[in-house]
Amino acid sequence: MRAIRAIAVNTFREAVRNKILYSLVFFALVMMLFSLVLDQATVGQRNKIIKDLGLGSINIFGVIIAIVVGINLVYKEIEKRTIYPILAKPVRRSQFLIGKYFGILLTLAVETLFMSAFLFLLVFFYEGVFDTHLPLALFMIFIELAVVSAVAIFFSSFSTPFLSGMFTFAIYVIGHLTTYLQEFGANSGSAILKALTTFFYYMLPNLERFNLKAEAVYQIPVESAKIYLSLLYAFLYIVMVLTLSVLSFERRDFK
Amino acid sequence: MTSAIEIKGLSKTFRSEFLQKEKKVLSNLNLSVESGTIFGFLGPNGAGKTTTIKLLTGLIHPTSGTAFIFGKSIREIVSREKMGFLPERPYFYEYLTGLEFLNFCGELFGLSRSSRDKKIDELLELVDLKGSEKMQMRQYSKGMLQRIGLAQALFNDPELVIMDEPMSGLDPVGRKEVRDIILHLKDEGKTVFFSTHILSDAELICDEVAILIGGTLRNQGKLEDFLNPKVKSIEVCLRGVSKEQLSQIKPMLSSMTFHDERILVCLDREERLEKLLAWVAQEKAQVISITPRKETLEDLFLEEYKVGVKA
Repeated sequence: MRAIRAIAVNTFREAVRNKILYSLVFFALVMMLFSLVLDQATVGQRNKIIKDLGLGSINIFGVIIAIVVGINLVYKEIEKRTIYPILAKPVRRSQFLIGKYFGILLTLAVETLFMSAFLFLLVFFYEGVFDTHLPLALFMIFIELAVVSAVAIFFSSFSTPFLSGMFTFAIYVIGHLTTYLQEFGANSGSAILKALTTFFYYMLPNLERFNLKAEAVYQIPVESAKIYLSLLYAFLYIVMVLTLSVLSFERRDFK
Repeated sequence: MTSAIEIKGLSKTFRSEFLQKEKKVLSNLNLSVESGTIFGFLGPNGAGKTTTIKLLTGLIHPTSGTAFIFGKSIREIVSREKMGFLPERPYFYEYLTGLEFLNFCGELFGLSRSSRDKKIDELLELVDLKGSEKMQMRQYSKGMLQRIGLAQALFNDPELVIMDEPMSGLDPVGRKEVRDIILHLKDEGKTVFFSTHILSDAELICDEVAILIGGTLRNQGKLEDFLNPKVKSIEVCLRGVSKEQLSQIKPMLSSMTFHDERILVCLDREERLEKLLAWVAQEKAQVISITPRKETLEDLFLEEYKVGVKA
């Protein structure tokens, strides 16, 4: 347990000392400030755009950070041979990979919290009240990031950063469209196509489950049962993906 | 008594990613390293030294065969509890300071803060990095990286220390420091297993050596059994004699080289030295130096290498 914690803290430290992350967070903040300008120019739904663009920026920049950090961290350890002295100690490869994952989660949590605080303040100064619908949507964004970074770690456990990045991004995009995928198969009339789309529907993460942005912006109440189910789904999906990552990582030769 | 390392029929074949072409890097290696010794693992580049070390440290998996560290199979994680490892040309997290890195290593071993602090203090003293521990490792020189690498390898007080090319890339001072640390480890009763192609370093400190060529073990044994202790040849440097004078005693000499007014002659038998010196006195020439040459590891290595290449 201590080894996992040490690796997680070290991963977090590496991310924090990496300047790319700061520029990404900075861009997200600029996007949010830009929404103030847009809001002035919008007719009708005033100040909804601040929340909409704010949540959207936190989401998309969070995904970029999750992918960039996720695909690079394991690869860099192997490429720069920093993994050698670690694995030559009584540390399991599974401990290493899980430590890396928790380190990424910690990084994403801090980064999401920071950007969320900024959005809160922005909305507070604009509306004069704390928006109680935002935290749930923000929390679910974090859960989505947790799933995406697990997928990134999975690919980077056997592939190069470029390919891992492409695959993870593809899965992120398709992950928001899986419902359409299933509908498409069901309506196609072909049994093979239907079986195939159903297979992918269950294999790929259904990321749309974690999207509560519209609910937050339009203040629509969300059933708590739906939230719990989504959390359980995310947990099981992450455990599955990390198990597969560990299995492929265990077999690997570090040449 | 169990050996520190026991390698049994270890083989490794790498497959290239696209064509699945196989390359045998190590074939049927059998080796045993007694505990408490300094063991030199010698071989030219590409002989399979690093592959063997990576197999022992669990970084790659054997194609066949197995090995034991103090009786524990390398497939099990417990085999690494009494082991320390210094990789070749070590490279560590450049964004960490030396102190943070050593602290991280201590955490990997599950040590408490107070025992980590105590150990770090001790190690910094041993590898002479006191005063540089708060620098980020990106600012470290090659020699400093090697020394912090040694410190991390010794964190768990290992019974066995495995080092991959610990002297390569270091200047003479750095090499002497590494040699001193290795000897210090031996004094503490530890086993040191290191690979090198710098033969003079191995000759200075090793109790036993093994020579690996082309993935096959060519020779293993104690250095004194290996090397003929007899004088192989004698080199004498002379001044004040001409070519013509020397031609009188030509049959006695195995070679001669002219260097301005100095002449280097080589004798292949010890008893000829006396005759030569008598002749030099008679010709009123001067002797500048006499150097007896014993068989060195290098001679042996080159011999094995020639045989290995032919085979």
